[in-house]
Amino acid sequence: MNSVSPAVDTWLYPRDAGLYCEPGGFYIDPHRSVDRAIITHGHSDHARSGHGAVLATRETIEIMKVRYGENCAGAFEPQALGAPISINGVSVRLAPAGHILGSAQVVLEWAGKRAVISGDYKRAFDPTCVPFELVPCDVFVTEATFALPVFRHEKAEHEVEKLLGSMAAEPDRTHLIGAYNLGKCQRMIRVIRDAGYDEPIYLHGAVIALTELYQRLGVELGELRPATDSGAKSLRGGIVMCPPSALGDRWSRRFGDPVNAFASGWMRVRGRARQHGVELPLVVSDHVDWPELIATVTEVGAEEIWVTHGREDALVYYLSTLGRKARALALVGREEEAE
Amino acid sequence: MRAFARLLDCLVYTQSRNRKVALLGRYFRTAPDPDRGWALAALTDGVPIRLPLRRMLTDLVSRFIDPVLYRLSRDYVGDTAETVSLLWPDQAVTPTASLAPTPDSSPQGGGELGEASSDSIAAPHPDPLLASGERESAQAHHPSRPSHQALRQSSLDAAATSPLPLTGRGRGRGEDAREKSLQLSLDLNPTPSPSPQGVGEKRAVAAGVHAASDDKRFEERDEPAYLSLGHVISEMSTGTTAERTERLGWFLDRLDASGRWALLKLLGGAPRVGVSARLARTALAESYGRDVSEIEEIWHALEPPYLDLFAWLDGKADRPDPGAKPVFRPVMLAHPIEDEDWPKLMPEDFVAEWKWDGIRVQIVARGGEVRMFSRQGDDISGAFPEIRSAFLGHDCVVDGELLVMRDGEIAPFNDLQQRLNRKTVTPKMMTAYPPHVRLYDLLFDGHEDLRTLPFSVRRARLETWHARHHPRLTDVSPLVAFTTFEELNALWSSARAEGIEGLMLKRRDSAYQAGRIKGQWFKWKRAALTLDCVLMYAQRGSGKRSSYYSDYTFGVWRDDESGERQLVPVGKAYSGFTDEELLQLDRWIRNNTTETFGPVRAVEPGIVLEVAFDAVQSSTRHKSGVAMRFPRIHRIRWDKPAAEADTLETVLRLAGAASVATQAVSQT
Repeated sequence: MNSVSPAVDTWLYPRDAGLYCEPGGFYIDPHRSVDRAIITHGHSDHARSGHGAVLATRETIEIMKVRYGENCAGAFEPQALGAPISINGVSVRLAPAGHILGSAQVVLEWAGKRAVISGDYKRAFDPTCVPFELVPCDVFVTEATFALPVFRHEKAEHEVEKLLGSMAAEPDRTHLIGAYNLGKCQRMIRVIRDAGYDEPIYLHGAVIALTELYQRLGVELGELRPATDSGAKSLRGGIVMCPPSALGDRWSRRFGDPVNAFASGWMRVRGRARQHGVELPLVVSDHVDWPELIATVTEVGAEEIWVTHGREDALVYYLSTLGRKARALALVGREEEAE
Repeated sequence: MRAFARLLDCLVYTQSRNRKVALLGRYFRTAPDPDRGWALAALTDGVPIRLPLRRMLTDLVSRFIDPVLYRLSRDYVGDTAETVSLLWPDQAVTPTASLAPTPDSSPQGGGELGEASSDSIAAPHPDPLLASGERESAQAHHPSRPSHQALRQSSLDAAATSPLPLTGRGRGRGEDAREKSLQLSLDLNPTPSPSPQGVGEKRAVAAGVHAASDDKRFEERDEPAYLSLGHVISEMSTGTTAERTERLGWFLDRLDASGRWALLKLLGGAPRVGVSARLARTALAESYGRDVSEIEEIWHALEPPYLDLFAWLDGKADRPDPGAKPVFRPVMLAHPIEDEDWPKLMPEDFVAEWKWDGIRVQIVARGGEVRMFSRQGDDISGAFPEIRSAFLGHDCVVDGELLVMRDGEIAPFNDLQQRLNRKTVTPKMMTAYPPHVRLYDLLFDGHEDLRTLPFSVRRARLETWHARHHPRLTDVSPLVAFTTFEELNALWSSARAEGIEGLMLKRRDSAYQAGRIKGQWFKWKRAALTLDCVLMYAQRGSGKRSSYYSDYTFGVWRDDESGERQLVPVGKAYSGFTDEELLQLDRWIRNNTTETFGPVRAVEPGIVLEVAFDAVQSSTRHKSGVAMRFPRIHRIRWDKPAAEADTLETVLRLAGAASVATQAVSQT
């Protein structure tokens, strides 16, 4: 690329509302309402309501509408993965991020430089979304949710086998699976189906709407039933999906003595699992783990790595020991724990 | 190691006591010797190997990870053993023993690491720091094991290039997975394996791609013999620190994350998996249909890996004979006296003695050795060298109360607590908290077992024995003379002293028997004091109560400097209410929360709890300056306005009364 072109941080930089592309006049994942936003994916710390115009994948827009209502933005511009468009002379392309359904990286090109804002992403196989695309670039903006070498996620398929093993061992107890209600929950259901489990899976009220949206968008999830309308008997020995906050809450009492499972990258650390009173930790994450993160950052070949939310101290430090230019982008409003 | 790791992992995540007992029992009955004995040692007194483990791990870890990253990781995880087990590069775990060398053929010193550098040039990232990931590390440091990297890399490539899988990439292996999941179940009798080849295949795939955990519960099948607990212990028992450091690294290389964690817990002592030594012994006894006292009686004469113990439990040998070693004898306990008991009791059949407020101990002196055991049979001698020295040279087994005593006055229980739960003690603590044993009973005089004799005879023997030998730091607990229970009641209800927890009634003809024997010994605790306190904080319980706010901190009113009334906490209780009341309290707490701190909620001052307790003691740890002893919820006063609850003045008056009573008792 052109070596005399202006540095990327002269035209792409954080402002109060979030990361801003000046020549394009838009923000990426702003945390407060702006005129024009590009949204990487539907999680609430990236997608907020009240923007003037939102450019995102069709799936992300549908997710936002389910979460915030049909009129949560002034206008929507659905954008297919892969096809570049021009906004005020800035080339904008959405590339798959492999994080959740509809998730995209934002690839910006201007004045001979390419910046990739990856949003949240993962490299592991996920049957509910398009896999991550590696886009070589000059500046790579990355998350750092699990940026410590202790984090190595298991394959979801392997963790589901662990779950089915536990169900076979405890056939009289309901298995309550706490999982983030957008993405993780549906991925778990899908992987459970792929492992050959055909019984109805029961849903906590808080995960129903988004799960139905996944089905409408073509993700096969098998027979699903609301947990609250189903008799305690039919739930015995079955699987109930719920948000993590419902584990150990009053709602869970109806299941008698359930096995509390929690599908999250945090489950890698025993202390975290015990903190949540989890009996069956499932180390499944929709984020990159440390080896994937390092591999990705290396493979994109970027001159500069900008680190957004998570354990940026460890990542920035480590990349600097590798002789790479890395810095923490102080973006407010990112949630670290929501996994 | 795999079965042991599986056991520890299950224990960590299991809250129910019964389930823990079942898990332990299953392990003890299915694991081979000597592994199960080493496991039992790890869960009780620790394996008898002393290693500078932290230093060894720092050494090993520094070879593949940057110290800053290591520190950040350890800070996050909070436990060195777990941090190392998670950081350690995963290797392609070799499925069969024949493919792997034995530790003896493993390279000595840093040879392997030295050679590695030439190999790492081929890796995409020559910087060895990348070893903290898994691909390059496998390459850089362990050139002989490249398969993991290859697998991992190809899966990434596949993910990056495969077409849109939205319609579902069913693996078509449903049946297979289901069948496998059934094999994974917790079988008491492991199902015979299908064709060895099939299993080997699956295992090889599993081991290569995600070696981090394997769900075969408690099966050591096809784990190489060099990873057995017995072999690991014998390898780690000898050699210099440098040699053992290399061996430790060699073992860590051959285990998955869970196995590495278990190995470090095995060697490190105190695995902290929610199992007390007592629970481990109980589970062992129960799984073989024995009473735990049968094990406790000989426990302290046994040594890891307890082959003789297991041989006896398996019915292959006689019960091990403790011989001349000082061992614990299960203690005799009392029932709380109930109203309906009184009519059945004749005062002349009983003697009474004070129930002192310390901890019940048994001191065993024999053959130049002295041990002091807690009621549960834990050896607590290490923290009390004064007591050991006082009994040195004697030959006896005595039962008594361990107290802290200064100038003939019993110190508050809190003082004794400063000396409990320690392995060793400083000279400063020995001066500040001098121990004393008040004797209740004599079980053995020399080799003579007195336990079958009536209490009255044993008591006479105790007095004679004590008069003759008089070990330092001891006295004999005095009997309380009485002719009627009314008289006794009057006598001790005035004695609400700090050192006295209640009164014991012992049948004159009672033999000394293990456990709580009906109708023999009674404990008569004083009628509780009660105060009306205001609920201030509620905390979620654990286990079955984890969805309920069931632990309550309560306070009383006091006037601050400006004359404002405020609540100050005086105690915490989590018992004394019914399930129905718990539901009501839980609901009220959720609706009246003012602040939330993790599992704790602060609530409006709106619920008055009538709290029963045994005594009030001064406490520097509580803001109010007092602490309740044995508080429990007596009643919930839904009817009483919070403003009418008791004040700190009232509490202090009770504390004052107590100290006056202490003096009264010590004069009698």
